[in-house]
Amino acid sequence: MQNPGSLMSLNGVDMAVVALYFVVVLAIGFYLKRFTKTGNDFFMAGREMTSWVAGLSFVAANLGALELMGWAASSYQYGILAAHWYWIGAIPAMLFLAIVMMPFYYISKTHSVPGYLQLRYGSSSRSLSALCFGVMTVLMSGINMYSMALVLKVVLGWDIHFSIWVSSITVALYVALGGLLSAIFNEVLQFVLIWLGALLIPIIGLIEAGGWGNMVAKIQQNFQGDYTHLWRSIGSFSDNPMGIHWTGIVFGLGAVLSMGYWTTDFLVVQRVLAAKDLRSAKMAPIIGAGFKMMVPFIVILPGLLGLAVMPGLVGEAEALATGGHSYNEVLPLMMGRYLGPGLLGLGITALIAGFMSGMAGNVSAFATVWTYDIYKPLRKKPLSDGHFVSVGRWCTILGVLVSIGTAYLVMEFASIMDYVQALFSFFIAPLFPTVLLGMLWKRTTSAGGFWGLLAGTVSSIGMWIWVKVDPSALRIIALSPGAKAMAENMYRGLWSCLICAGVTIAVSLLTKPKPESALNGLVRSCTVLPSEKHLTLFRRPAFWAGVVFVVFVFLNVLFW
Amino acid sequence: MAKKMISIWFFIGLLLTVYGVLILGAGIYDLIVPGRHNVVLRELHAGVWWGALLIVIGIVYLVFFRPKRTGK
Repeated sequence: MQNPGSLMSLNGVDMAVVALYFVVVLAIGFYLKRFTKTGNDFFMAGREMTSWVAGLSFVAANLGALELMGWAASSYQYGILAAHWYWIGAIPAMLFLAIVMMPFYYISKTHSVPGYLQLRYGSSSRSLSALCFGVMTVLMSGINMYSMALVLKVVLGWDIHFSIWVSSITVALYVALGGLLSAIFNEVLQFVLIWLGALLIPIIGLIEAGGWGNMVAKIQQNFQGDYTHLWRSIGSFSDNPMGIHWTGIVFGLGAVLSMGYWTTDFLVVQRVLAAKDLRSAKMAPIIGAGFKMMVPFIVILPGLLGLAVMPGLVGEAEALATGGHSYNEVLPLMMGRYLGPGLLGLGITALIAGFMSGMAGNVSAFATVWTYDIYKPLRKKPLSDGHFVSVGRWCTILGVLVSIGTAYLVMEFASIMDYVQALFSFFIAPLFPTVLLGMLWKRTTSAGGFWGLLAGTVSSIGMWIWVKVDPSALRIIALSPGAKAMAENMYRGLWSCLICAGVTIAVSLLTKPKPESALNGLVRSCTVLPSEKHLTLFRRPAFWAGVVFVVFVFLNVLFW
Repeated sequence: MAKKMISIWFFIGLLLTVYGVLILGAGIYDLIVPGRHNVVLRELHAGVWWGALLIVIGIVYLVFFRPKRTGK
């Protein structure tokens, strides 16, 4: 039966596929509870994950429902330019994390990114970073939750409250039971389901369109402008649908925002820290990068196929006014177009799995940072390991409840949805130079790290308020009055990163550095890294990083 | 974590096999009783071969990652 106003309906087999998914994720949580007794088990998955499991979990934690729906919609809106967020906006940063930064995270035995800042800069920087991360995480989690419930309402006509509560309670249960171990196991399962549920859309879509060449020809026939080239149209702000220049893509996205996200956002870094040894920890982001490069096939390509076979989708406001379909619905519309009984249930399960992996990533990271970086420093007397596991379990439930509150807040003020990317530029862009300078420059001081991080965060929020109050400031912040929100975020991230780096360097040069003996295991020039010369070529992370980088360059040239 | 843990790939194999059976079954039923679902390129019967593919992948994972009995 189809609910009135919904795009499609599920039959009995589809419902069984979705219900079975919920049963299995809960069963995994209950099964893994027996393996999570200590803090190391609960917060770090025992540090026993193989590179494959850690690598797939690393990518899956990022592959939320917003990611799937949002980037499919973006590719309908901006064309193949959206693929930059998967390639230059991810691959170099993931390889940089693996080869340059991972040794310091791993050798220092930190439990979190704020934990590294504690070791390198002291408690002020740790507290600032932990608080920013906590706020960002619950906001992101709530926004993800709301968008998922909205999708289920629009697509299937499901009650929005039912979707929010059932999905949230499921995530809260399995993460509270099995901690990071359960989150990682389920993320690997979710990653497989996302691929198998979404892969049929581009396959059947390409058959319908008559192959890549015919798809491009149809897009050119349906729309004016360049929707199928990655670099050719971004030599000027006005030549592409996004209103962006290549400097914004290369420096704002590639060098700052993606570096910040993939190397310092604890949501993803936590998965790699759970690896069983340093080599696995270095291989995990490289394996993740290999899979990340392929995600455009199930996310960007459906949007492009939509441009070819379903022209006429419009923006949200116009869709509401005219009663037509918005390009935000392009992915479920493609599912309804191609997926028959059973397959549709698998496609919907892929969307739900994407939502759950994103949310579980947020709450497990939140529980760790809250327990170790906010709660523990406040308690003066020594407490047992079991006490912290218990706090972690309650924090997971608390994090989910706060996220549900955020979801209802988003429901009341829908424009908050616009601020997702802005949150990254507030809290993640300034964190990158703080961590990087700390790892690579021994002269960086505690005061430099703290004031740089604070200046970067405050300046990013300040620039955002400036443009809100005076829209003409966009000309200064984003270098073009016609820049879209996405382009503005790139440039704001770039400026806040530069401000953070400048303040960190200036304050460091004026204050006294730590002795080198205190920087062992934290700073490159003060640390002897384990040699990999005894490994064969095919077991060396640097070799595989090189292979992934060559494929990345090839893809960019292929779609130039 | 001293106890032996069942591999995540085993759980994945189990779920994919059951999904494969459900989707293949629905695909075959749709083949026999056509006309209930008007999807584009329906004649490809994607449910049949995709369901079969899921069963194959699922069984491979089930076999390779089945829990091993450890004798004393």
